[in-house]
Amino acid sequence: MSGRIIYLDNNATTQIAPEVREAMMPYLTDLYGNPSSMYSFAASAAAGLKEARAKVAALLGASPDEIVFTSCGTESDSTAILSAIRTFPEKRHIITTRVEHPAVKNLCENISLFTGHKYRLTQLKVNEKGMLDLAEYEAALGDDTAIVSVMWANNETGVVFPIAEMAKMARKRGILFHTDAVQAVGKMPINLAALDVDFLSLSGHKLHAPKGVGVLYVRKGSPFTPFLIGGHQERGRRGGTENAASIVGLGKASELAAANMETDNSRVRALRDRLEEGLLARIPKSILNGDKSHRLPNTCNISFEFVEGESILLHMNQIGICASSGSACTSGSLEPSHVLRAMGVPFTAAHGSIRFSLSVYNTEEEIDLVLGALPPIIASLRALSPFWKEE
Amino acid sequence: MWEYTDKVQEHFLNPRNVGEIADADGVGDVGSLACGDALKLTLKIEDGRIADAKFKTFGCASAIASSSALTEMVIGKTLEDASKITNEDIANYLGGLPKEKMHCSVMGREALEAAIANYKGLVLPMAQGEVVCECFGVTDLEIIRAIQESHLRSLEEITNFTKAGGGCGKCEEKLRAILQKTAQGEIAQAAAPDKPKRMTTLQKVKKIEEALEREIRPILKKDGGDIELLDVDGDIVTVAMRGACGSCAMSQTTIKEYVEKKLRELVVDSLIVEEGAL
Repeated sequence: MSGRIIYLDNNATTQIAPEVREAMMPYLTDLYGNPSSMYSFAASAAAGLKEARAKVAALLGASPDEIVFTSCGTESDSTAILSAIRTFPEKRHIITTRVEHPAVKNLCENISLFTGHKYRLTQLKVNEKGMLDLAEYEAALGDDTAIVSVMWANNETGVVFPIAEMAKMARKRGILFHTDAVQAVGKMPINLAALDVDFLSLSGHKLHAPKGVGVLYVRKGSPFTPFLIGGHQERGRRGGTENAASIVGLGKASELAAANMETDNSRVRALRDRLEEGLLARIPKSILNGDKSHRLPNTCNISFEFVEGESILLHMNQIGICASSGSACTSGSLEPSHVLRAMGVPFTAAHGSIRFSLSVYNTEEEIDLVLGALPPIIASLRALSPFWKEE
Repeated sequence: MWEYTDKVQEHFLNPRNVGEIADADGVGDVGSLACGDALKLTLKIEDGRIADAKFKTFGCASAIASSSALTEMVIGKTLEDASKITNEDIANYLGGLPKEKMHCSVMGREALEAAIANYKGLVLPMAQGEVVCECFGVTDLEIIRAIQESHLRSLEEITNFTKAGGGCGKCEEKLRAILQKTAQGEIAQAAAPDKPKRMTTLQKVKKIEEALEREIRPILKKDGGDIELLDVDGDIVTVAMRGACGSCAMSQTTIKEYVEKKLRELVVDSLIVEEGAL
């Protein structure tokens, strides 16, 4: 492979912003003190954490003491769900959706293994646009529901769920509400102060901070039991020495996201729309997956019928374009994406789905390059496909 | 990302013999859109020889590469020789496939069989079996055959080779039963004719030494290596790699993939070969 990379896989991970790297450097070099130590040398590390906590809180519309730093989005998800299970051991019902990220899906599907008790699991359906049915949700809420865990935005399609309304409905019934907001944070305004959300998960590396740092927002007053038991870090809510450099990086990334939210997102949205409209116009039998109007500004999921996703990705890889696919061959299993299947996307289309996820670092020139490169790739694979009939 | 050999990538990027022979003598159509891969193989047959072969494939890189390789392998072969091609041959031709992708080579062999059967006007027995895996429409006969041909020993291997069990997982119990029955039968059958089922340890040691001397050592010596038998305890055979093999990073693979397979074939199928520290 030669030349540059065109990175359109920002829902998988993002590049570290130069400003973030800059902010982290002192903590990777001179300021190595343990934030819990007593001397003034360590105080600068503690001060860095404090500042970062305030910045993350500001991005979320939360208060700094509602922010618990973790190691990743998955840890945050596990912490929230298992905390609710321990808070209400007699409640044996969980509500989630069919399209959750594995971090929530696999935990909820196997919760009986961890607790030794039988749990009832409601996995809310989605329609062909990937949207939930709130009547089904309302009917599922019950006296024995320990927690509701619903993602804010879907990683594969970018579809955004009505979290404000859903959290309100749970609160009315006295049920804890968790949202995996890993894809949403930084890509849409969030104001937790105005919402009935008890727990929210986010992950640093999805918003231009490094990997290995996440946050669990724990609403003041919501019952909470820690997952990692150890020292008094994070006010006893998460044991383990803080990942100071990465936390500082996440603070900087949050500051950037808050400051540039509007301009960044409208720029990214314009690039995404250019890519989406261009591909749908240039390539016959291509279908957009997911509700167009309730969607993250950076994500676009398109199925190219009668070809297979891994083949498309490998051809794109030859020219340095990075994206991902919901095809069976790329999932490590033999079945296509559970998200697309839940939406009822036919097999002809699910195997040939490609997700493009953009960031503020993409340029119009890159998008135009992709628009030029993809039609011949799809055409050459279709020429190989026994199902493709020239029209 | 999958780790594909250069040859797989090369066949994927520059597939040979793409298309459909209009007046084909044999057509093999396997797989489906739902399954995620499908192959249509068309053959032109002249005087019992495959004069031309073309393919169309829907699937991932290894499915396309396996199909392309298959056409190269069969063109010019007699039907008799072509029908001896196994999925392992296809994988080997490509310098190997990731184990999760072995089913792509199986699809190639199935298409070839189907095309030859179609030419001869035969109905393949495989499709007549009972469907065990409903997600991918795999029959018991296909699973039994894969177990026997590729010496599969776990459910994971069955899924890698046939896809069976790779979907909802409801057929797991059935697969386990088939595996147990087939693998046992295979061991019994393998031990039956000239390999007595119960050997005394002395007989076993003698047979192992014979096999090492006649079959295995000459091959290793080609690469400047050697092998020494250290111990036989029940079915556990302990060996030491000598010469170039002794310092080779691949010696574990050689022991498991070559020595063990060979000894199982020649002595008894239950042998486990391990490297001893001596």
